Amino acid sequence: MSWNDVLTMLPELYLTGAICVLLLFDAFAGTRYRSAMHWLSMLALLVTALLVVSAQRAIPATAFSGMYVDDTLAQILKLFSILSVALVFVFSEPYLRMRKMAVGEFHTLTLFALLGIMLLVSAGNLVMIYLGLELLTLSSYALVALDRDSPRATEAAMKYFVLGALASGLLLYGMSMLYGATGTLSLPGIAATLPVTPHQSLAVFGLVFVIAGIAFKFGAAPFHMWLPDVYEGSPSAVTLFVASAPKLAAVGMALRLLDVGLHPLLPYWQDMLAVLAVASLVIGSLVAIVQSNLKRMLAYSTIGHMGFLFLGLSAGTSFGNAAAVFYAIAYVLMSTAAFGVILALARAGFEADRIDDLRGLNQRSPWFAGLMALAMFSLGGVPPLFGFWAKLLVLQSAIGAHMLWLAIVGAFAAIISLFYYLRVVKVMYFDKPAEDSALLVSSDASLRWVLSLNALALLALGVFQGPLLDWCLRGFGG
Amino acid sequence: MLSTSLLLAIVLAPLLGAVLAGLLGRQIGRAGAHGVTILGVGIACVLSFYVFYQLVWGGAPDYDQNIYTWFQVAGIGAHVGFLIDRLSAMMMVVVSFVSLMVHIYTIGYMADDDGYQRFFSYIALFTFFMLMLVMSNNFLQLFFGWEGVGLVSYLLIGFWFKKPSASFAGMKAFIVNRVGDLGFVLGIAAALHFLGSLDYGTAFAHAPSLVGRSIQIIPGHPWSAATVICILLFIGAMGKSAQVPLHVWLPDSMEGPTPISALIHAATMVTAGVFMVARMSPLFELSTTALSVVLVIGATGAFFLGLIGITQWDIKRVVAYSTLSQLGYMMAALGASAYAAGMFHLMTHAFFKALLFLGAGSVIMAMHHEQDMRYMGGLRRYMPVTYLTMWVGSLALCGIPPFAGFYSKDAIIEAVGASHVWGASYAYWCVLLGVFVTATYTFRMMYLTFHGKERFHVDAHAGHGHDDAHGEAHGERGVLAHAPHESPWVVTLPLVLLAIPSLLIGIFTVWPLLYGNFFGSAIVVAPAHDVLAEMAAHFHGVLALTLHAVFTAPFWIAVAGIVVTSYVYLLNPAMADAVKRVLGPVYRVVDNKFYFDEVYNALFARGSVALGQALWKGADVGAIDGVMVNGSASLVDRVARRARTLQSGFLYHYAFAMIVGLILLLAGFLLVPHA
Repeated sequence: MSWNDVLTMLPELYLTGAICVLLLFDAFAGTRYRSAMHWLSMLALLVTALLVVSAQRAIPATAFSGMYVDDTLAQILKLFSILSVALVFVFSEPYLRMRKMAVGEFHTLTLFALLGIMLLVSAGNLVMIYLGLELLTLSSYALVALDRDSPRATEAAMKYFVLGALASGLLLYGMSMLYGATGTLSLPGIAATLPVTPHQSLAVFGLVFVIAGIAFKFGAAPFHMWLPDVYEGSPSAVTLFVASAPKLAAVGMALRLLDVGLHPLLPYWQDMLAVLAVASLVIGSLVAIVQSNLKRMLAYSTIGHMGFLFLGLSAGTSFGNAAAVFYAIAYVLMSTAAFGVILALARAGFEADRIDDLRGLNQRSPWFAGLMALAMFSLGGVPPLFGFWAKLLVLQSAIGAHMLWLAIVGAFAAIISLFYYLRVVKVMYFDKPAEDSALLVSSDASLRWVLSLNALALLALGVFQGPLLDWCLRGFGG
Repeated sequence: MLSTSLLLAIVLAPLLGAVLAGLLGRQIGRAGAHGVTILGVGIACVLSFYVFYQLVWGGAPDYDQNIYTWFQVAGIGAHVGFLIDRLSAMMMVVVSFVSLMVHIYTIGYMADDDGYQRFFSYIALFTFFMLMLVMSNNFLQLFFGWEGVGLVSYLLIGFWFKKPSASFAGMKAFIVNRVGDLGFVLGIAAALHFLGSLDYGTAFAHAPSLVGRSIQIIPGHPWSAATVICILLFIGAMGKSAQVPLHVWLPDSMEGPTPISALIHAATMVTAGVFMVARMSPLFELSTTALSVVLVIGATGAFFLGLIGITQWDIKRVVAYSTLSQLGYMMAALGASAYAAGMFHLMTHAFFKALLFLGAGSVIMAMHHEQDMRYMGGLRRYMPVTYLTMWVGSLALCGIPPFAGFYSKDAIIEAVGASHVWGASYAYWCVLLGVFVTATYTFRMMYLTFHGKERFHVDAHAGHGHDDAHGEAHGERGVLAHAPHESPWVVTLPLVLLAIPSLLIGIFTVWPLLYGNFFGSAIVVAPAHDVLAEMAAHFHGVLALTLHAVFTAPFWIAVAGIVVTSYVYLLNPAMADAVKRVLGPVYRVVDNKFYFDEVYNALFARGSVALGQALWKGADVGAIDGVMVNGSASLVDRVARRARTLQSGFLYHYAFAMIVGLILLLAGFLLVPHA
């Protein structure tokens, strides 16, 4: 271990230290300093982000004998993960305060999950991948169960945990097969050994398990079953988190494993991802139509979106990879906006998580109805919003990789999914508010401002999508 | 040299006026609106005269330049550019001058109208489009102006859009013009295809290459490319210049306010087709067939549409049918390759027809928006200026020397007589007998309006519905709240200013325009078709021509028409009804405008509605909505309901799904040999 290794890993090391301090602070300061906890967490995020940015000049860099990699891809994913966690903190603060949920745990667990994400997207080794993934998922299980008195949350956490353990087992088993086939745990090492290994079929056997693990993390069909239950059962604040930063982690993990480590097996995993993409697109776009719970509908919408993301990944080209990263960022910002509106409307005893709860929102609060409409249009891929460009790019990359049929399936799925996004808009604008409903937008100023910025960013990034796309392309030598 | 900025000022000044009056009409008020538009059009008019002067006497060369390139695709450029030669310069002068007169006149005519600013904005916008059309140096800009004037025409015919007949007329004009424009667009496309350029200069330079080339639209029937191009272009001209059988929109367009009837539907826009054909003379000269078509269609309109004018009672409709007839004369001249004569008549007609329309408008104002001549009569005592100026216009229209119309119409009749293309003798009889018809309806209109007994009476207690009175009957017809009176000076001034050229312009321009090669290279005539050159041999000066008129057939035919009409309408009014009875069936056919409207309604209007109904009920509601939209939606819904049951909520089902997925992937990729 050299001083250089420490410097390269400084953001993660700093975050670890900060979390420990926050843990102690929370234990000793008590509930009176709840808002201090919030602001200290935000400060920790800010410093971590600055440390990530300050490493800009040194990339690409490796540390600890290639266990840890810092490159443009890692930086993009880390920065947007930090951003989304910051959004989660801002949006959920009033929600948690109102429900008197254990706020210290929420912050520390989320930060631990973020640490897992950062390690995961910087992994240069199968062990690091597993380590980061477990740190992320274990924190997530606990977060889902945060509202421990709610039977639904407990049930969701239980399901998540059991299925997650199963998926981790599958992933680990696949990794061991890869190790058996190549004799190395280092991702570049695997890529170098695979073409010459005599145990090709063993590697493919392992690959299937690895793909299953990745698919579970994304929530791609048929490994998606946990997702609707977890989205619906968790407290909305936790759903917001589960629906955001971990998707960036998943795309990072997939790219490290498949693009860096298993690229020689491209013909295999390309088709596997294509199959999973089609299944996800179909399930996601169809089943969402019949949902009445908004969070559950968004869960199926997530499955559909992961199908789109797989379109980009399955292309196996640097453009496709960039499109997938772009898509993940778009998805994260769209879902924070959508869940942000739910959180803004939620009050004690009122979750605002049924589609009917939004009836007539336009009459009560035209601005927030507009923000929600923006999020829905963007999720549906209506130009010129962010979501449109994301969809366009992944479809383009699929066509570029000669998978026209996949792009056609994607286009159909996009059309079908437009229905349920537009239904939310219709409910908000054309339905009368229920007599007894008192749709009230949270008066929390930072929530209102940041949510507005978040939703308007969907428009701004849709109009000026160029720089972000260039950045994503740079992550793959483009 | 003509400078680009000068030409730009000519088109942009009216546009600026239109924009200001249209968008800021509320802010700048009525005076502001007519101020800016009259200023804009006035600038255009003065500069047009300057351009004309520079070209004709100043020795400036023709101007042909692109100013702005819109796009450039595969060697085809779409430009904004101007071609200013004597042909376009003459049109610019006519358009901007008549437009200016109409602008001034409108101050009086629309004084009580709520849409005052909107109206000024429209007519200034029209001036912009019309100038773009005539100044264009390429087909695309021509089309831009062409569609632009069509649009403004539609807006202005339906200006009183609350009146159902006005919106109907607007729609009718628009739809009929679509038919013509389809031909026009196809003609432009064909020209581009065969000549390789949208720019006049390049296209006309390549025109000789058309000879011998053919196109097969129906397999096995090759048609000459030049004929196809010219006839398609001419179909566009038929729509815009209201030639048989696409003339049906023009009489209905009289639903619009009178100033635009004068400006758009008499003096300028409807002559765009004539101008276009003259501009395309290098192409038309290549196809004798196309020239025959132009000649026959023009001459047919000149006679038969004039006949309808005799049976009309609405003063504006009489003038409208007269316009149709005169447009037919212009087209006939073009068909006889006497382009200069056609353009000459276009110019004289612009002045005297605008005069007649504005005079009719003045009468209508005096009669409180009563347009039916059966309720007029004896108006000469009340409105002397209108009366005298309208007589000038009428005599010009009838072609009585030395009024302007005489020179141009006489030249047309002679040119058609000298033409040798197919159909020329039929056309000659049409245009010759058309003179009788012209004299008849013109004098009938003048007598019914200004002479004879007053067929209205003044009743000060009658309802005074002046505000909403746009041709709507108020109370009892023929009852006026107060006596008719001469119109204000803003109305009579344009009448006088238009009467001057109606009287004099023929005398001064007949020689250079017809025989002096005034248009130079702007108009190309094949030596075999050059009837004007033949006529030039007999030309011995303006005075001789004027005096010689008394020895020619057209003059005496006109006099015959005048005598008959005078007898019938002045001396023996009962005679008109007797003639009507004797000629019963013929009268009915003419009075019903040869049943064009009825046939079109039955065939095209009902036909399209029936087709639309069939497509709507069958294709749209049945196939698209029923099967494709609702069918796919219900399919999706069914599948979705089925698919949601997979999500049972049981943990072991979830785990099972994962394992099944894993096994399927394993089976798919390990057992099946892979790339």
